[in-house]
Amino acid sequence: MTPGYQIVVCGSIVPDPLQTLEPQTTPAGPVLKSEMMLPMVLDPWASHALYEAAHLASKNAGSKVWLVSLAPKAKLQQVMMTVAQKVPFELFALDGSASGFTDAVETAAILAEAIQTIPALDRSRLLVFGGWESASRGSGSTMQIVGERLGILDQFQGVDQLTVQPDGAFEILERMEGGKHQISRCVAPPLLIGWATGNLPEPKNNPQVGMANMRGIMPAVQKAKPVKMPGEGMSFAQVSLPKQLRETKIVKDLPPEAIAKEIAAWLGNAH
Amino acid sequence: MAEYILLVADVENSGLLSKSSLEALSAAKRLVESIPASRFAVALVGEKVEAAMDQVATCGADRFLAVEGADFAQSRYGTDALAVEALVKAAQATVVVAPANSRWNRVLPGVAHRLNGRVDTHVTSFTIAGGNLEINRWYYRQRMEATLKRAQRPWVVLLESGFLAAWIGASGKAPIEKINPAITDSLRRTSAIGIKAPVSDQQTIRPEAELLFVAGAGWTKKQPDGQTHVPDAEKLILGFIRKTRSSLGSSKSLVDLGGEGQAILSFLSHLNQIGQTGATPRHAKGLSTCCHGEEPHTVGWRFISERRAINLDPNCGWARGKADVLYVADAFKVITLLNEMLK
Repeated sequence: MTPGYQIVVCGSIVPDPLQTLEPQTTPAGPVLKSEMMLPMVLDPWASHALYEAAHLASKNAGSKVWLVSLAPKAKLQQVMMTVAQKVPFELFALDGSASGFTDAVETAAILAEAIQTIPALDRSRLLVFGGWESASRGSGSTMQIVGERLGILDQFQGVDQLTVQPDGAFEILERMEGGKHQISRCVAPPLLIGWATGNLPEPKNNPQVGMANMRGIMPAVQKAKPVKMPGEGMSFAQVSLPKQLRETKIVKDLPPEAIAKEIAAWLGNAH
Repeated sequence: MAEYILLVADVENSGLLSKSSLEALSAAKRLVESIPASRFAVALVGEKVEAAMDQVATCGADRFLAVEGADFAQSRYGTDALAVEALVKAAQATVVVAPANSRWNRVLPGVAHRLNGRVDTHVTSFTIAGGNLEINRWYYRQRMEATLKRAQRPWVVLLESGFLAAWIGASGKAPIEKINPAITDSLRRTSAIGIKAPVSDQQTIRPEAELLFVAGAGWTKKQPDGQTHVPDAEKLILGFIRKTRSSLGSSKSLVDLGGEGQAILSFLSHLNQIGQTGATPRHAKGLSTCCHGEEPHTVGWRFISERRAINLDPNCGWARGKADVLYVADAFKVITLLNEMLK
């Protein structure tokens, strides 16, 4: 049997979290105002998935990591200039909207189709990774549908840890309510993991990795297949910013004792 | 358009339904009452369902469907998906309502795909417009809110907790219709082998708590004497959490300090993180301390009703315009005194 894993990471780009976002209505549905002008980053959860994939690949000789990314190719190319310096991977680019207002079903169909075209894909070595949610649509549903389309029924979401056991099985820690994790064991690939934050720090930039990655990234972006997501059957009645501002009462010059008393009374839990 | 609503819920270890499942039941009932000619059924999944089904026997459902057995005691994607697929088919449901807990968030999107339906997760409320269902949910990590509807059915809707009060009613004897999907060995490749929980005195995440206490990076910074006091901060924060039985949240910056080699609060993990890349918990009250306000963090308390903050900076972006009251004070001093006052 060929050693190592084939790890396919699904991940798109999102506006830099520090940007102010504003929705705008168009005949084709809601979009972000000046979306193509916004600085973008690789989605935070997809980033974790990519770092975990690279870490796992580095520990298992013969493994390879692909990043399958659906985004406007000009923006994707910009983001890849940074991401490429982090860990080794091969990019599979799809040229389409990265908007949060697209439908998970349509996104998943495109991603699954793309994964199936990766040459020499071996299900006995296949691990499909992605973020458990995204910072755009934030639905936490795309990866499950990708898995269904690929026939992968061992799926895990909100994963913080994946450990390969001596017998080749996987032990997986998935987030559940109350700060707990469910521990599961899966006997072998294929499996699908929707990563939460994991435990790995962001890798430092490595120019050599970046140069090696970019040799493949530029052609991948150039030949990215255009795809459409019409949002069939889904209609938005409205998209708006929340009414954020509260009338904040600023309490200055009150001694700590008085503040503590006031908060205790507010909590309804004083002596 | 008349709908057939199916409530999908899981049975807790206690043998009964969780509060969030009973909230989802209230939602299913409201839908039935709001959309003319609609009806609803209850569908439960678990090792043993009878007690939970009897708990909701008088809720007014047409049918009480269940998949039960040892294979359904714990959450597992393959078997749970098969169970719900069978239940939705048996009920011929057009709208599936379920609590947005970790089990159903994991499974139901895949089930929607199998049934050629659609799914919306993290739904915070719904309305009926012109006799049709419209749902509300947030996009871009709680930074904008949308109302939308869908033409496809079945439509799977995962409801966040806090939208409606939990259903309360008399228990009774429910006529359970058991569905027995065929479980093959290929669905048992995964087995749940345990739960990893924080040790009891380190338990800091309590979704049911009334109060969310948010600790910011200021707790680990140099204090007026020029020194950091991280062990003191830990003692104060844990003391407050224990006394108030509150839930502890933190900003990403505080969680990430460990990765940058700085002193951190030892009990914090990414699970405590709230905001853009963390949780957006729902609590009645929130008290933030030593937090610095950046938009990615402040979205973390989007769903906190009453908010107060303690910060030395009167212009703190976390608090101004976001909190009801901002106390300009030293959190070390205030929390020390507060811990002495609390029961």
